[in-house]
Amino acid sequence: MKQQNIRWGLVIFITPMLLWLLLLIVLPQLDMLFMAVRAENDLGEMGFSLINFKTFFFEPIYWRTFARTATFAIFVTFLTFVITLPVAFYITKVVSPKFQGFLAVLILMPFWVSELVRVYGWMILLRESGFINHFLVKFHILDKPVEMLYNDATMIMGLVYTSMLFMLVPLLSVLESLDNSLIEAAYDLGANMWTILIKIIIPHSMPGIVSGSIVVFMLTLGNYLTPNLMGGKNGLWFTEQIYNQFIASFNWNQGSAFGFLLLILSSVIIWVGLKLSKQKLGQVMQ
Amino acid sequence: MIRNLPQSKRYSLGFKIYIILFFVFLFAPLAITCVLAFNDSMFPALPWKGFTLDWFTGTSIERTGIFHDQINLDSIWVSFKVAFFVSIFSTIVGTMGAFLFEQEEFRFKQVLFFLMLAPLVIPGVILGISILLLSNTLGLFFEQTFGIDIALFRPGFWLVVLGQFSFITTIVTLIVSARLKKFDRTLEEAAMNLGATRFETIIHITLRYLKPAIIGGLAVSFLMSFENFNTTLFLVSSQATLPINLYLQVRDGSTPVINAISVLLITGTSILAVINLYFTKSED
Repeated sequence: MKQQNIRWGLVIFITPMLLWLLLLIVLPQLDMLFMAVRAENDLGEMGFSLINFKTFFFEPIYWRTFARTATFAIFVTFLTFVITLPVAFYITKVVSPKFQGFLAVLILMPFWVSELVRVYGWMILLRESGFINHFLVKFHILDKPVEMLYNDATMIMGLVYTSMLFMLVPLLSVLESLDNSLIEAAYDLGANMWTILIKIIIPHSMPGIVSGSIVVFMLTLGNYLTPNLMGGKNGLWFTEQIYNQFIASFNWNQGSAFGFLLLILSSVIIWVGLKLSKQKLGQVMQ
Repeated sequence: MIRNLPQSKRYSLGFKIYIILFFVFLFAPLAITCVLAFNDSMFPALPWKGFTLDWFTGTSIERTGIFHDQINLDSIWVSFKVAFFVSIFSTIVGTMGAFLFEQEEFRFKQVLFFLMLAPLVIPGVILGISILLLSNTLGLFFEQTFGIDIALFRPGFWLVVLGQFSFITTIVTLIVSARLKKFDRTLEEAAMNLGATRFETIIHITLRYLKPAIIGGLAVSFLMSFENFNTTLFLVSSQATLPINLYLQVRDGSTPVINAISVLLITGTSILAVINLYFTKSED
């Protein structure tokens, strides 16, 4: 009797899961792959073709944007890690416990606000008629305002700003679990700051670093808003190419091929990252 | 080094400066956006020309405040409706998912678990276009085979809900699972020994224990849905959600009305975040 009850529970719990994952994740991805390997032939009929992938590899603009997006996303992920690690360390280990909770809440606040509002804030700060230029001119540091938006450095800063939260949260939680006495012991044995960082803090934080990096990398790679609003005309991002194929050129087959390539790229880089750091996706994501 | 070890003056001072700079970096764009919403000027820029509430309550043609700006109000309402349905659906399915992965044993559990994590590593843009493609394929299929035109398969309200649901559910599943992991299952056994059915046990014992995580899941999914841009971009029709509508305005130049909307958003999300924090803290 009890055995039957449990099976009945399994059916109820598993049905919505299967429907969700099958209809909204698996089938759409398969359909995208199916669209990507089809194109019109000379007679104007739809059929199997690899022309969409060929276009990608033989048009420099496409694969260059692709390579550029990938390298920038890796760089942004690394930069986010370097900037947020000291902050997470400060909150969990250095500041007095009185302020710890307050600082942790305060630091997460801005990230609840829409990405669009945050990017808009940066635009108001940095543009030619913006806040920073206003003061630079007023105090005669500059003769006339300069455009600080629409270049790669600004775009990278925007991407780092947007994704810091997803590095901070896992870092805060792994550092929380790091036993202070390990650091004290190393200090007593004469280790300097660098040794402690490399031998104790980073190895202990590895699961958090990897899960943070995966999410930051994926969000940066798939970001459309920040590169589009803060990057320049030359600041092409691969998601913009996908958008253009779908919405502007209305070439859904080409767009699907690009989408599929982006999916492969993100999976491969995440897989390599997991292998290099000897972590498992199932454990890292919990 | 750490708080209970001796540290040099230079080290602790340097660290403090770094943290202060980080917080300035973090809050500067939001603070400036809010301040300029109250500037009595036609552009969201300095110099400061005095305080005004026109960008909230103004009714003149050049200065229509957000409370009288029908297009923006409509898009806020659309976002509310989308977020309402997404948060309800993904919390229900996500909670069921947590039960499935924490309390049931079945073949291929690991495979399904990895599949459930997949939306976290698929870029949002890809989720959006792939769901657009599938719905288009299905729409064509139904039209050609049965001659019926199903509105659900065209870009629009429900497709946006489905698109956001597809990855937000993963996050709710993880939030609820984290709490369910810590649950003492002997409580369930005790209830069942005293004659409760499994269904009654879940309602009275397990769900009550999960309440903070479920409320947290609702709040997080509501916010994520309300702010989503990347996935929504490909699935909207003329009924734009607030982020899409703001994006179009920011791209084509800006007025302080956008700042006013930002002030409302910042206030609203902060309040929701604090409420969420209060619930998770108080019930732990």
